[in-house]
Amino acid sequence: MVVETKAKTFVDEICAIPGGEGIRLCIQCGTCTASCPNAEKMDHTPSELIAMARAGMRKEVLSSNAMWYCLSCYLCTVRCPRGIKQTDLMHALEYLAERAGLSCAGSFTPTMYRSFNHFACSLGSLPEFGFMTWFYILSNPLRAWRMIPIALSLFRHGRLSIRARRLTPKGTNQLRAILDEAESLGGVS
Amino acid sequence: MKYYTYFPGCSASEGGAKAYNLSAQAVSKVLDTDLVELEDWNCCGSTPSISVDELGAHCMAARNLALAEKRGLDMVTPCSACYVVLNHTNAYLKGYPQFKAKVDKALAAGGLEYHGTVKVRHLLDVITTDIGYDAITSRVKKPLSELKVAPYYGCQVIRPKFGFDHPEAPQSLDKLVGSLGAEPIYFPLKARCCGGSLIISEEDVALDLIQKIFDSASSNGAQCIITVCPLCQTNLDAYQSRVNKKFKTHFNLPVLFFTQLMGIAFGLGENELGLKNSIVPVEKALSKYI
Repeated sequence: MVVETKAKTFVDEICAIPGGEGIRLCIQCGTCTASCPNAEKMDHTPSELIAMARAGMRKEVLSSNAMWYCLSCYLCTVRCPRGIKQTDLMHALEYLAERAGLSCAGSFTPTMYRSFNHFACSLGSLPEFGFMTWFYILSNPLRAWRMIPIALSLFRHGRLSIRARRLTPKGTNQLRAILDEAESLGGVS
Repeated sequence: MKYYTYFPGCSASEGGAKAYNLSAQAVSKVLDTDLVELEDWNCCGSTPSISVDELGAHCMAARNLALAEKRGLDMVTPCSACYVVLNHTNAYLKGYPQFKAKVDKALAAGGLEYHGTVKVRHLLDVITTDIGYDAITSRVKKPLSELKVAPYYGCQVIRPKFGFDHPEAPQSLDKLVGSLGAEPIYFPLKARCCGGSLIISEEDVALDLIQKIFDSASSNGAQCIITVCPLCQTNLDAYQSRVNKKFKTHFNLPVLFFTQLMGIAFGLGENELGLKNSIVPVEKALSKYI
């Protein structure tokens, strides 16, 4: 006898990530969309994105720019009448998009997040100058040019240090060991 | 004397918001509160990292929590973004056993363990709840009478509901302004987003949001804005000229950390509070009090 197992759906994939499981509770009331300061900038509104995900439109959802416009302001989360952690859900979609290699080309945010993460993981702290320079080189060097006045005014006011804060050698090794182990565990889900 | 473990976060420690750290420490001393910096802490984990490497980011947060647990005190951070991330990791470790098993395994690789006992708090919570408005008023040497202040909360100090104040109509910072003798203005957008880190990747999108905040503060008569977050302060201060250019406006609103305003009322010196680090000059608007 052949036992048929149900294939893992896109919704299952989302639910396996902490905070993603609320997607099953959505009643499509649109409160999240009405609350979102950036909804009009998104190619699909937050509630649309949920409906699409539940319809199994994996590729369309993960290549959307919507979650990359999420500001993590948590207005949707505190207003959702179903208690969905909508902001966490957006983070879960960003994470899945990143893993699937679909993170949206129309927004510079994925590149910015990756640069941030690169510095935070390798140094254990975030050198703002290094991170921003790296991001502008990766995204669009012309934008770096436009940033010079802001960088100069920060520098003049003692707010742009070139040097990064470093952990002790012991702390650095400890963090490295933890992050290496985390990587070998293959992600949250 | 009250004791806390202190987590400054990258931006306030040696980054663009060092005036926040400086003034937080100076003000705490006046309030008989000892903020002892967590030894060898690392980046909180951060929202950008959660989005691209969720497990790694939470493990970074968990290392800080594990180090703090050894000291057995509440951990206080002045940064709203660190506050939300560290609280998130705490909540996930309680609510998701499989997730916890992975984080525990990663921590063990670094010789650490975490039992979930650290309470993560925002500096605004500690100052207004534990220390209280009366104690603050009792330290005021120069009441900020007639100063109209826009108390800007931003998002992550009050949302999601980890917090100590209402998620959409908060009052703690308003009351704190009052306890310094100043007047908190009516400020409908006090808990709306400043654009966060999208100021870097999507500047135009963030500038639209910042403009609305300035408009709300300015049209209600604010002489300055106070913030509780390094990123909010940087967005409103360093990008104010960009907003003026884009929208042809003439905003000239100094943006202070709430601890700087407290320090001014306590009679502390400019250097102790890092007032010179502000890009929109503070001295002129507050010349009566400095």
